Amino acid sequence: MNPSGLLQFDQITFSYPTANYPVMKEFNLEIYSGTITAILGPNGAGKTTLLHLALGWLKPQYGNVRLAQENLSSYSRRKIGRWMGLVPQSEQVAFEFSLLEFVLLGRAPYLPPLAMPGKEDLEIAEEALHLVGMYAMRHQSILSISGGERQLVLMARVLAQQPRLLLLDEPTSHLDLSNKGRLVRLLRDLAGKGVTILFTTHEPDIASALATHLVLMRRGEILKTGTMNDVFTPQNLSQLYQLPVEVVDIVGKKVAIWI
Amino acid sequence: MSLSRLSEDALARSLVLNLRLPRLLTAALLGMSLSVAGAVFQMIFGNPLVEPGFLGVSQGASFGAAFSIIFLSNTAWMVQTSAAVFALLGLGLSYLLARRVRMGGWVLRLVLAGIAVSALFSSGLGVLKYIADPLSQLPEITFWMLGGLWSITWKKFFFILPAVTIGLLIVYRMRWRINILSLSDETAFSLGAAPGRERTLVLVASVIAVSAVISVAGMVGWVGLIIPHIARRIFGADARYVLPASMLIGATFSIFCDDLGRLLYSGEIPLGILTSLLGAAIFMILMMRQTSLVQK
Repeated sequence: MNPSGLLQFDQITFSYPTANYPVMKEFNLEIYSGTITAILGPNGAGKTTLLHLALGWLKPQYGNVRLAQENLSSYSRRKIGRWMGLVPQSEQVAFEFSLLEFVLLGRAPYLPPLAMPGKEDLEIAEEALHLVGMYAMRHQSILSISGGERQLVLMARVLAQQPRLLLLDEPTSHLDLSNKGRLVRLLRDLAGKGVTILFTTHEPDIASALATHLVLMRRGEILKTGTMNDVFTPQNLSQLYQLPVEVVDIVGKKVAIWI
Repeated sequence: MSLSRLSEDALARSLVLNLRLPRLLTAALLGMSLSVAGAVFQMIFGNPLVEPGFLGVSQGASFGAAFSIIFLSNTAWMVQTSAAVFALLGLGLSYLLARRVRMGGWVLRLVLAGIAVSALFSSGLGVLKYIADPLSQLPEITFWMLGGLWSITWKKFFFILPAVTIGLLIVYRMRWRINILSLSDETAFSLGAAPGRERTLVLVASVIAVSAVISVAGMVGWVGLIIPHIARRIFGADARYVLPASMLIGATFSIFCDDLGRLLYSGEIPLGILTSLLGAAIFMILMMRQTSLVQK
């Protein structure tokens, strides 16, 4: 067992109660501390399920998820909330929270159930909005902003949560090019500060632009896992998407092109 | 009436202290409980259009009260307990049914389930009225349907005070947390909350407060729906501000309606009729002014 493995999936078998076939069967994966790992795969590969298992929101029928060498089930919910933050792909919000009120909710794992957020929490939330470039809009309603802006606000909320392990589900799916760039820089900065990042995507280019490690998933199974250089190859990507894919180097960046 | 005359006139003093004052305070508790429960229901179910009456709680409480009057006893504590039990039952049934409905989104399913469960209790109430003794039991039951505060005494006020205080205090203390419970399940979980357990706690607390006031005041509709809307209009969505604002506005609104009911007409217009009338009118205005109440 590698001591630097921060998050370990050990022989996981998981199926949803409504389905009779397992989404994952004897699934093994190790995420190393301080890395940025991309989970790349077509739709329905089980990427979101993997994130929910990592969070402990879904529980495997067999096998263990370990966080820092300890069974995830031995962590309290608040402790999990301080360890890990989740950025869902999208989130339904029914009420007109201001952006600041919404981002402030990220402080919940640090506060007992009856407590109110204090001045320090407010400052952390404001700083988080600064980092995603939405501070000027902090008093606007979350229902009045665009889908891409909403994704940045979700990002700000998880920044206010100050997790050591950051889980992101398709973080760039609604973002335009400039905001994609902003998010990539932001995540690199976080990784530089020692935050471990695990994100799903179905865009190979985002994976190659951001991640240091790559997991290729298809139908609940891992095709390949390893460092970006080892795994991001035409053969592997062609196998993953079952269509011919070329990888070209453009100004030092690897870009996947399908033919 | 000046205060000096009040101290001279024994009848006036008795009127104010023994009839009006408990009634005024109960009206305040009623408005607070219904409004806070409405705000909590709306946030927990992620639906600005629900109130306790939409999810079988009010009908359950009325059925429970009638059930107690006919089969158990019409002592205050028995009526109140029975109202609370059936109110919780109504909520639980609506929730379970909504989870099993095989159509529409969560919001639609909840509203549909609530309508079905409410109808079930309403027809049950109809059966109870039919078999009730028309001279002693029926008048008591009929009063639930109208909703009013004319029978309030100090005894009744002090009787509901503990349940209302406990229910409201729990919800009030958890008011920031309710924001998190209004988010999706996995998000609430990822923020360190126990969404199932904590949502049940605040729902049960607010149902306890509501069923206590319903057990003495009967069915008073619309307060729980419109007051949280008004509070959100003024203070935004954060439950830190919406809950205290709902308490204040709700108490003011029901005291106002109760006074109006006594003043408008030589007899007394039942409170439930007035709150429905004003509530529906205010709701129409709110709907026309806001671009959309439910964001899809």
